[in-house]
Formats: sequence, structure tokens, C-alpha cells
Amino acid sequence: MTVSENALSAQPTRSQGYWSNVWRKLLRDRVSVACMIVLAVIILSAIFAPLLTSYDPAIGSVVQRLKPPLTDGYILGTDELGRDMLTRLLYGGRMSLIMGILPVLLALLIGGTLGTVAGFVGGWTNTIIMRATDVVFAFPSILLAVAIAGALGSGLLNALIALTVVLIPPMVRVTESATTQVRSLDFVEAARASGAGGLTIIRVHILGNILAPIVVYATSLLSVAIIMSAGLSFIGLGTKPPTPEWGLMLNTLRSAIYSQPLIAALPGVFIFAVSLSFNLLSDGLRSAMDMS
Amino acid sequence: MTDQGLTPPQTVPALSATSLNKTFTVRENGLGKPARYVHAVSDFSFDLPVGSTLGIVGESGCGKSTTARLLMHLVKPDSGQIRLSGEPVSRAKRDLKQFRRKVQMVFQDSSASLNPRLTIEQSITFAPMVHGVSLRAARETAWRLLDRVGLDPARFTGRYPHELSGGQRQRVNIARALALNPRVVIFDEAVSALDKSVEAQVLNLLNELKAEFGLSYIFISHDLNVVRYISDHVLVMYLGQVVEQGPVDQVYATPRHPYTRALLASMPSPDPEQRTMAAPITGDPPSPIDLPPGCRFAPRCAFAESICDTMPYELRHGETRVRCHMADPKLGHSKAEVIQ
Repeated sequence: MTVSENALSAQPTRSQGYWSNVWRKLLRDRVSVACMIVLAVIILSAIFAPLLTSYDPAIGSVVQRLKPPLTDGYILGTDELGRDMLTRLLYGGRMSLIMGILPVLLALLIGGTLGTVAGFVGGWTNTIIMRATDVVFAFPSILLAVAIAGALGSGLLNALIALTVVLIPPMVRVTESATTQVRSLDFVEAARASGAGGLTIIRVHILGNILAPIVVYATSLLSVAIIMSAGLSFIGLGTKPPTPEWGLMLNTLRSAIYSQPLIAALPGVFIFAVSLSFNLLSDGLRSAMDMS
Repeated sequence: MTDQGLTPPQTVPALSATSLNKTFTVRENGLGKPARYVHAVSDFSFDLPVGSTLGIVGESGCGKSTTARLLMHLVKPDSGQIRLSGEPVSRAKRDLKQFRRKVQMVFQDSSASLNPRLTIEQSITFAPMVHGVSLRAARETAWRLLDRVGLDPARFTGRYPHELSGGQRQRVNIARALALNPRVVIFDEAVSALDKSVEAQVLNLLNELKAEFGLSYIFISHDLNVVRYISDHVLVMYLGQVVEQGPVDQVYATPRHPYTRALLASMPSPDPEQRTMAAPITGDPPSPIDLPPGCRFAPRCAFAESICDTMPYELRHGETRVRCHMADPKLGHSKAEVIQ
């Protein structure tokens, strides 16, 4: 009995895949949609900053220092050197977002690989990777980031390295525990019993099943990383003036906290909004992905 | 006439095992406590003739599943040999891959044995593609097999496992196991989770497939009625050992080992006249960690005597093999005539 060519080429009833289901569920959650809109607006305006403002973020006018918001020509006022706040916040978003997102992506790549290997191979490999992770885990993350960035010297690359190193251990743990769970399921055993190699099994059977918890976790790490990178810049271990960056702006505007509290708080508002949005989005993702 | 003409034609079994042993190490804690061993499978031997079905029965925890995993080479035996069509199987990578084409397995949990992120078609085509079959050919096989196990390919190939019923999923698992065109299929409690009417349909399907594809089956179950229905030979396990094996009719009609009798006595029978009056089984099986030195069934056996403190051998009794001192009067067990 052979299946006719017609039957093969006919499109079978294809069900909704897992990820399109997650997406539909996410769109039904109002909080998640609001978070995605906030993030999209901030990210897009940071990318297209030159189109949205005509000021140069590094050049100010001494006579226009610390103008309150809604002053003529300066929608969000000016900073302590007379530079347009809106312009600096938009351009600053570039650095802050990059320094928040890039370490998480790197940690996801490195930590995810280590965790998958540890979970899938098990035995001694697992013990070595997990115990090494525990050593890094033993330090409070923000202190460790400060210590590493301090030891390497200030600078963007060093801050990036410090943040990545700090974010790897939790990523390894989450990936390892997810992999260990999936590995013991019968379909992995069945794949092994059909002669598939380790890499094929990881690619086809493991990754698809551990992606959900990892994506949720990475999203929640984004909110932490944004705050940590701002923190590093705030204490002078990240971005250097005059480059705009939210954490650094908080620092330089400290002196204005009594004269123009609204201006001084603005970078914090942006950090807060982005961090909170990522955090709530990760909650929304978690419940959207929680279906069997 | 030559010697060859005198010897009866030897049929090579599809799958056979000789003296398989597997012990797992249990470490209670790291504080100097000596490691302890779980004797999961001891001195396990059988032959599976081509085209037949071997049923393996026993209580839970008696090593049935470990046996399946040993036969699949998913765990490594401590000693003993597995032969496929008479050829010893080495653990070299290439040999194993070839072995896995020929021996496939269907698991108990129909939903855990299908990847929830893959469509039915992707699940079935996975194994053939691992062995280098083209996507097109693998898809064609998947469609043909789905159709054969009674699922409309046009409706089911694009679906995900959670959208199917337990019976449908188990049919998919059967199609998946057949996709590599194996010689032997091992069913590890494969119908136990299905309800009775679906179970009967699946069992009939299995019998049809066996004839159609020239398969041999190893059928592991705790359900004695199912094993009797589907098997040609049956093998009774107790605490990792084979206590009795033989043709299913003989073992069910005249069980020789006290454990087999107890098992059969506990079997629900529709006919009250058929009830066997055997020694009732008492207590739980001892922990496979602290095994009795002699016969493993002795602590629960109604006929246990001092001789049972030594390990009994497998004794031939016609076509059946029994691991019991009572099977041979010469061994000195006073109740030896009980099982004659």
C-alpha cells in the first residue's frame, strides 16, 4: 500500500504550533501587551534618536543650564551642562539598552550551552560545571560585578565582561535543571534507542523543550542587567562622560537633586520603566508558556 | 550420510541473551558508608525465536524494565551477551547504530514518549532521517505506517501529541517504532495504560503487524491475561531472576515454580471453576539490595526448606525451565513431588 503523490502533497490539517500558541496567549494578556508597547517605544526611539531630535547629546549651552521641563525648545528641560534632556535620554537609551541586553544574550549563549551539556551528559561533567558555577554563585552578584569591573579597570568592554560573568551562573542553573528534567523523558530515551547521536538529540528533542523556561528566565534577567549596568556606570565603572547613559546621567545630576528634582529623577524613571517592563513581560511569558 | 544430515536444522533466534547481569550501585551518603548494590537483573537468559512473542511477567520492581533497557543497550550489562540473529552485538558505535535499526521499543507512557514540540510526522520521520533516509522517503513511510496503524495520515501528521487520545498516541508510538523497519520490537508495558477496549484493539493490531512485517516481539507486562493472549512463550521474573520460562500454554496450565503458581492464583479469571488452589503469596518482595543468599523467593515461599538457602539452578523440565529445588527430586527437597 503506497500513499499516492496527491495525498503527500496535499496540505494536512496542521495544528497551531507551540510558539504561535504562546504568542496568541501573550497578546490576550493586557499587562504583557502594555509592557511590549513601552519597550518597543523606548527601543525604537533610542534607535531612531537622530530623527526625533535635532540637538547634539554632547553639546550644551551654559546659559541654559537646568531648565525645568516644558521650557521653550527643551521638552524635558536641560541638564547641569545645559544639554537637552530628551536628547540625552534617547541617546542614553542606546548605551543602557545595549549594556543591559548584550550581557544577557552572551550569558544565555555561554550559560545555556554549559547548562545543556551539564544536564545532558551528567556524571562528572555535570559535577565539574555545576560546582564551578556554585563558586561564582556564592558572591552577591552586584558586588561581584563591581569587583570584576574594578579589577579589570573601567571601560565599556570590561563592564560588559563583568556583567556577563555575573549572569552566567544563574543561566547555567536554570538550563541544567530544565535539561535534566527533559533528558529523563521517554522520548529522549526513544531517540537514543533509534541510534541518534547526542548533538542530534539535543538539537531536535532537548532545545525545543527547554527554550520556554530559559526565555522566561532570560527576560527576567534583562530587568536585573539593566539596573546593574546602570549601577556600574553610576559608580564610574562603565560609560565615561560625555557619552550619555542613564546610570551615568543619574550620577552627574545628583547635584541638581534639590534645585531640579524632576530632571534628576528622569533617567531613573527610564531605568525603572524598562526594568519593570521586562520583569512583567517575563511573568506574562511564564503564564503564556505554562500549558501542557 | 554426513554429520550435518543427522543434526536437526538449527533455527537461529531473532534475539537471544545469555547470563545477563546488571547491578546498580547505591550510595546512601558520603559519610563512609559502604556502597550497596541493587541486583536489578541476574543470570538472565532467553531465546526469542523468529516470528514469536516472548511475554515477560513479574511484579513491579522485579527488573522487567531494566531487562528491556539492557536489551536495547540503553544501559550496559555488567556481564553476559546479547545476540541478534545469532550475531553478538558489540558496543562499538557503528554496530550499535545498526543494532538499533533492528530492535525498537514502545514505552508505557504514550505521552512522555512523544516529544510535545514535534508534530506526529516529525516524531515518526526522526529515526529514519537519523539513519540517512531522505525527508521525502521518511515522510512517505510515516504516512504509510500511520495509515497502517489506523490513523488517517491527512488528519494526524500535522498534529501535536497533546491533541491525541492515549490510544491514538500509542498507535503513533507503534508507527514510530516500525519506521526503522526493525526485526524485533520490545513493548514495555505498552498497553497497560490503555483502557480495556482500546487495549484489545491495539493487541489485535500488534498481532496483525507481526505477521505482516515478519516481526518478533518481547512483550513486558504485569497483566497475565494480556501476556497469555499475545505470547507464544512466557518468562516469569522475580527479583531480577528468571524463575520459570516456557511455552505459554504449559506454564499457565502446569506452573512448576511456587511463585508462578502464586502469580497465576492471583490472576482474575472470569471462570470460577478455573481457580487454582495454590499457596497464597504473603508479604512483600525483599529489597533487591539485601537479597537472601539462596533462592530469592524462599522468604515468601510456603515450601521453603533448609536446602532453599542455596541458590537453585535453572532446571529443564520438558520445554520449560524452572529455577526451583523442587523441580528435581535428586536435589533432596522433601516436597519435590508437589510440582511434578
